[in-house]
Amino acid sequence: MIINYIGAKEINGSLIVLDGVKDASFDEIVEIEIENNGRRQGRIIQIDGQRVIIQVFEGTESISLKNVNTHLTGHPMELPLSPDILGRTFDGAGRPIDSLGEIFPVMKLNINGRAMNPVSRIYPRSYINTGISAIDVLATLIRGQKLPIFSGSGMRHNDLAVQIVKQAKISDGNENNFAIVFAAMGVKNDVADYFRQSFQNSGVLPKVVTFLNLSNDPIVERILTPRCALTAAEYLAFELDKHVLVIMTDMTSYAEALRELSSSKGEIPGRKGYPGYLYSDLASLYERAGMIKGRNGSVTQVPILTMPNDDITHPIPDLTGYITEGQIVLDQSLSGKGIYPNISILSSLSRLMKDGIGEGFTRHDHPALANQIFASYAKVIDVISLSSVIGEDELSSIDKRYLKFGRLLESKFINQAFSENRTIEQSLDLAWLLVSSLPRSELNRLGDDLLDTYYRDEDKMEKGKVVLSAALDELSKD
Amino acid sequence: MLYIIFALIGDVFVENSDAIYGINGPIVTVRNSKEFSMMELVLVGNSQLIGEVIAITEEFTTIQVYEDTTGLRPKEPVIGTQRPMSVKLGPGIINNIFDGIQRPLLDIEKQSGGAFIDSDIKVSSLNEERVFEVTTVVSVGNKLLPGQVYATCPETEVISHRCMVPPGISGEVISVVEDGPYRINDTIVVLKDDNHSTYELTLCQEWPIRTPRPVAKRLPCSIPLVTGQRIFDTLFPIAKGGAAAVPGGFGAGKTMTQHQLAKWCDADIIVYVGCGERGNEMSQVLSEFSELIDPKSNRPMTDRTVLIANTSNMPVAAREASIYTGITLAEYYRDMGYHVAMMADSTSRWAEALREISGRLEEMPAEEGFPAYLPSRLSEFYERASRAKSLSGAEGSITIIGAVSPQGADFSEPVTQNTKRFTRCFWALDKTLAYVRHYPAVNWMTSYSEYFSDLDPWFTKNCGYEFIDYRKKISAILHEEDKLMEIVKLVGSDVLPDDQKLVIEIAKVIRVGFLQQNAFHAEDTYVPLDKQKQMMRIILYLNQKAKHLVSSSVPISKLVKLGVFEKLTKMKYDIPNNKPEIFDDYIKEIDEKFETIFKEI
Repeated sequence: MIINYIGAKEINGSLIVLDGVKDASFDEIVEIEIENNGRRQGRIIQIDGQRVIIQVFEGTESISLKNVNTHLTGHPMELPLSPDILGRTFDGAGRPIDSLGEIFPVMKLNINGRAMNPVSRIYPRSYINTGISAIDVLATLIRGQKLPIFSGSGMRHNDLAVQIVKQAKISDGNENNFAIVFAAMGVKNDVADYFRQSFQNSGVLPKVVTFLNLSNDPIVERILTPRCALTAAEYLAFELDKHVLVIMTDMTSYAEALRELSSSKGEIPGRKGYPGYLYSDLASLYERAGMIKGRNGSVTQVPILTMPNDDITHPIPDLTGYITEGQIVLDQSLSGKGIYPNISILSSLSRLMKDGIGEGFTRHDHPALANQIFASYAKVIDVISLSSVIGEDELSSIDKRYLKFGRLLESKFINQAFSENRTIEQSLDLAWLLVSSLPRSELNRLGDDLLDTYYRDEDKMEKGKVVLSAALDELSKD
Repeated sequence: MLYIIFALIGDVFVENSDAIYGINGPIVTVRNSKEFSMMELVLVGNSQLIGEVIAITEEFTTIQVYEDTTGLRPKEPVIGTQRPMSVKLGPGIINNIFDGIQRPLLDIEKQSGGAFIDSDIKVSSLNEERVFEVTTVVSVGNKLLPGQVYATCPETEVISHRCMVPPGISGEVISVVEDGPYRINDTIVVLKDDNHSTYELTLCQEWPIRTPRPVAKRLPCSIPLVTGQRIFDTLFPIAKGGAAAVPGGFGAGKTMTQHQLAKWCDADIIVYVGCGERGNEMSQVLSEFSELIDPKSNRPMTDRTVLIANTSNMPVAAREASIYTGITLAEYYRDMGYHVAMMADSTSRWAEALREISGRLEEMPAEEGFPAYLPSRLSEFYERASRAKSLSGAEGSITIIGAVSPQGADFSEPVTQNTKRFTRCFWALDKTLAYVRHYPAVNWMTSYSEYFSDLDPWFTKNCGYEFIDYRKKISAILHEEDKLMEIVKLVGSDVLPDDQKLVIEIAKVIRVGFLQQNAFHAEDTYVPLDKQKQMMRIILYLNQKAKHLVSSSVPISKLVKLGVFEKLTKMKYDIPNNKPEIFDDYIKEIDEKFETIFKEI
């Protein structure tokens, strides 16, 4: 028996209110037929006795108090899934838009997912080689991690995401066993196109599932987009044993959609007008990364967000940083120097890195070397600020060497071509070469055993000096 | 198919008085009911979700539900239990991992049959089948008072569980079982009180989580919680029974600090509450703590640890409860006479859960949307930290170390500011220190401890009076360096006179060699107080000697070239924790090297 309800009591923004509804359940999906104007879907977000508030996904345009006919489906929003979703494109609410027909579902899953039991998680430890030195050496991406890119307008975060997708190699994985889920939220059509084009060029397109909610698509669907994408990712990872990389862009548009909805519901706003539950809401997305016992697959997330006004303390990057396991921060001033990827290494961090690098994972010198680079580069920043006051000429000789080290690090190590794929050994060796431009006594984070093996001592060995200067000269020439 | 068409004709419907009326996220309302009392535990809906009554008006009773409310319908039943939200206290708590309302996650995993938590799971808090070897310590005819121990049983290899008469119950023992194996619900002792009512005492009891357990007497906080972390033990010590706040922006190392303290502090029992934090972090704690061997007992850390994991994607109301669940478990073990350290990571998430629920209730917000009762809730919580003589006469303590995650790393926000008022230790983590990988990234200029005067007698007695003297001198050098750095930032260090350059050099030794501590280094991860004192001694010795030479116009650059400064920054690695005598060799070396320079001039 299907009960239909004619008409509505109130319409406000994307919400409609029905009265006299019996047997509605919380979070249930409803179908809304509009006279001569097709069907829409909605979700029950509040129940007060027989009064029910429904959020309409496609918006309430042309809905009147009389022309709607609503019926309850009896279940929460579910996404039809089958292995055939690979290579397909869906809209933000999970409906195919590539004119290849409906998905014939093997199973349907609730898009809200369920919380992963912490005791069933496997602590992620295997690293993903992205071929990008600044990430591999200094903010290593680990399988099952959620590592967002904090970017700003006008920076090349999309290129960086594409490069990660193209080059990502799992240290011990089977090449054929990976999949990509791409969720676009409120991005422009050409950005979505760029991603599609890049996936095609690098031949991964048959392994990509795309969910598109473009900037002119309904914002209510934008709330569903990451949930649909993550449901698909969980299905691929935990039912089909694939290693899934989820790229979600742009989380800022998502959070703004949430704010818009929240205010139309009349909720009490928290900081900067965002709802008080923004943290919990974002967590319900980000926490869906990980690995679980008894399954071979994994979900790794690389969400991209643009920091409004490059402000890292804005609620969106701030709350994201509290949930995710680190962040890759892009820096406007580096991109001004023409450096790509413009990763600000001091504010970037990978929390899972410490247990996924070093002996048996990357190379034994990796942890100490990374620490040394952070410490030395921090000193470079101090020297730069000092030199802006007293001038470069007045700097002490050691400070000048730091300055040189900083420049080399930025232009040779962080900077790399969009098509350049460095192995972890190449990246680490390059880092040693650069560190060797500092006197050995300055390197207090590196043990003597490491320094004896890798440090190219300019002062001690005449031969080494030639090698080092030649190598550094070689670098400067490129 | 049959379609029934309803026209909207307004409501003419009478509600059942104990059935669901409205649903809004985790908030469920019941209309026209006089059935329920405040803070009563209720079972909501057909799948009996756990909820708690949080507001009652003439028309509506408001319930917060601790599980996902998806699929809940109006008119489903709400059943009252006539008791407040409680935890079960008994053997089997230690070495377990619970969610925010004390449901064991391993049992949930078994019942869900997978890695994802189903919403209508029914599991018992403690294993009812597990058998404990019970030794009774009372006999028939004994008069027992509240809190008195009547039986003990080994809970883990290191923790002996003491079963205590629940507060509010007393009487004469009329029967006792033989020593032997029992399960938690078996009757051990039967009491008869003056009114001739009898009480059957089992191995377990229940206690409401929002009510502090009574103690006989609060004791002064005069013993430090020794953590083995230099910056905390020497510069900002915390007392057993005290409370500390660890605020820091993301990436400043709050969680890492909490882990280090949980691993190495000298408490008997650790209650670790992961409140609204990351799932992977909890699995890290699980795997690390079970591998790590406690040096004192030679048993895995998990043998003295209780984990409460309410990750950020688990229901928000249970997050609010998890802090209380944790502190109640801690109080139970304090009453047995143990020293308990409770780590709460992070109290900001708990405050946000309060805000979220308050928002759903449409309460008038105070600062930044937080409810006006935020300060009172925080103070109630931190006040439960205590060193006390329990009803059983044993002395125990609870030390609370609460992480605070201020929005935008801005310490002026309400949670940090209010926490500051109710804790006496403030360990401010600094992003800029974390950026240069100076860990623990505790800012020595903004952090403070108010426990000095309480603890100084203990330090004098156990570490010698020099300890306090050294600490003051170290602290003074750091403060002086901070002032000098202002100048250096403007004009560079070259223009400073040599005596000030020396301050900067010594401060560098203190920062790198003493304050920085490597959690991943086998020796450095835990440093006993004696070595901490020796390290301070030798740094100050170097300072004193160098000062002397500098005043005799020896250039500081010449002293630095000797390599002793560098050597001291590495002494934390070079001198093993159990070989303090090596420090004397260092003194000799300093003497010799400086002697040669002195001779040159």
